[in-house]
Amino acid sequence: MQVVLFGICALLAIVGAVGVITARNPVYSALFLVLNFFSLAGLYLSLEAQFLAVTQVIVYAGAIVVLFLFVIMLLNLRPEDLPRFRLDRTGPLVVLLSLGLLLGVGMGIWSLLGASFPQDPQAQAVGTVESLGRALFGRYLVGFEVVAVLLLVAMIGSVMLAKRRFQ
Amino acid sequence: MAFESLQPKLLLLAAALLALFTMAAYTVYFERRISAWIQNRIGPNRVGPFGLLQPLADVLKLLFKEDIAPAAADRLLHRLAPMISVTAAVATIGVLPFAHNLILADVNIGILYILAITSLNVYGITLSGWASNSKYALLGGLRSSAQLISYEIAMGLAVLSVVVQSESLMTSQIVEAQAEIWNVLRNPLGFLIFLITAFAETNRLPFDLPEAEQELVAGYHTEYSSMKFGMFYVAEYMNVVLSSAVITTLFFGGYLVPFGHLFMSDLPAWARTGLEVLSFFGKTGFFVFVFIWVRWTIPRFKYNQLMRLGWVYLFPLAVLNLVLVALARMLF
Repeated sequence: MQVVLFGICALLAIVGAVGVITARNPVYSALFLVLNFFSLAGLYLSLEAQFLAVTQVIVYAGAIVVLFLFVIMLLNLRPEDLPRFRLDRTGPLVVLLSLGLLLGVGMGIWSLLGASFPQDPQAQAVGTVESLGRALFGRYLVGFEVVAVLLLVAMIGSVMLAKRRFQ
Repeated sequence: MAFESLQPKLLLLAAALLALFTMAAYTVYFERRISAWIQNRIGPNRVGPFGLLQPLADVLKLLFKEDIAPAAADRLLHRLAPMISVTAAVATIGVLPFAHNLILADVNIGILYILAITSLNVYGITLSGWASNSKYALLGGLRSSAQLISYEIAMGLAVLSVVVQSESLMTSQIVEAQAEIWNVLRNPLGFLIFLITAFAETNRLPFDLPEAEQELVAGYHTEYSSMKFGMFYVAEYMNVVLSSAVITTLFFGGYLVPFGHLFMSDLPAWARTGLEVLSFFGKTGFFVFVFIWVRWTIPRFKYNQLMRLGWVYLFPLAVLNLVLVALARMLF
């Protein structure tokens, strides 16, 4: 059951990821991104991380990509406005970097071969809201609060930038 | 999982879907009858006794209409958008408790699942607006996405205040936590905020700017006809029914029967379950009526008023409410 779920989600995630960069129309790119996020949520579910899965959908699929779509739709791009993809001088570099990344990821996966899904109830409890909350507000409290301040600063900064342009 | 163990769940799923579709269809009928009553008209009363077969006639008519798509439309997305709308609406029933132990999936993040699914609602509307390649539809889609994102925050905070009170994200436990007193009495401000945001999230008057008839023809579904239009229509009324069901679950004791502790323990199990299901659908039906009642009573907001209400009033109020509820929880 878990293996089947993993297979479907992993396949859809890859299809979505490839679709994001190959789709000619930016609206389709954004939609492929949603597909990718959904498949990732499915992968989280197969790892018993329910809270993470739902947060993934609420934050990324439900809010961030909607904002992307909002901007893309307002730009009203026509397919002919978009540059065609072609291999120029940076081409070989791109291929080299991609191959390097693929190799790195491949080695990572190779070392994980034989690992299995969490089976014991102890491991299953890790993904629940309770254990996540304990971890965030206990052991990792400082880091959590620092990230919160960082987000606040970024938000104030963007509001300031937007205000200055109008004055 | 073996198929036998799934069978009762599948039966429940079929029953829940049937109930949802029927309620959505008859909400359309009651909307027309109640609006007629409010405006001193008669309303549809020709098809069947009291016009009760009107929804059936409407659906048949829609099915036989020609299905037209604009020549410049994006065919695939134009077709996909209504499907997304209906799917996002239907998926909510998975975590609604209809009675004690009568729930499709009692997952431990139930209420977050509802928030996640409602946040997907916006795709159907936004995409239909863009794919139609029409300026009215596009404006409707844009308005809708901005509106849904703005009101989602206040809605999430209102839900969070309920979670703080119930100390659980499971819908069944949120209901059971109201056995002594309903959440609406313990958390009236949260209820008010949730009710207002629910109106905004379902695109109902006074927040129906995505389909404001006077400005945008019909907004995001201007370029839809036949059953594709019908699907948007069904999705809208399903969302009304489901929002009512969620309001019932979060604030009005869900399936709990009022004063049930006085007599429920003497009844056999089947009667208890029956009463609880009746209580759940009765309360849901009442809120469906409230949705209709408000629609035909209050005029539409302007767009700047809508944004101001969402960000300047509801959002800080929801934060304040959350802090108050948390403080009360710590002190008492």
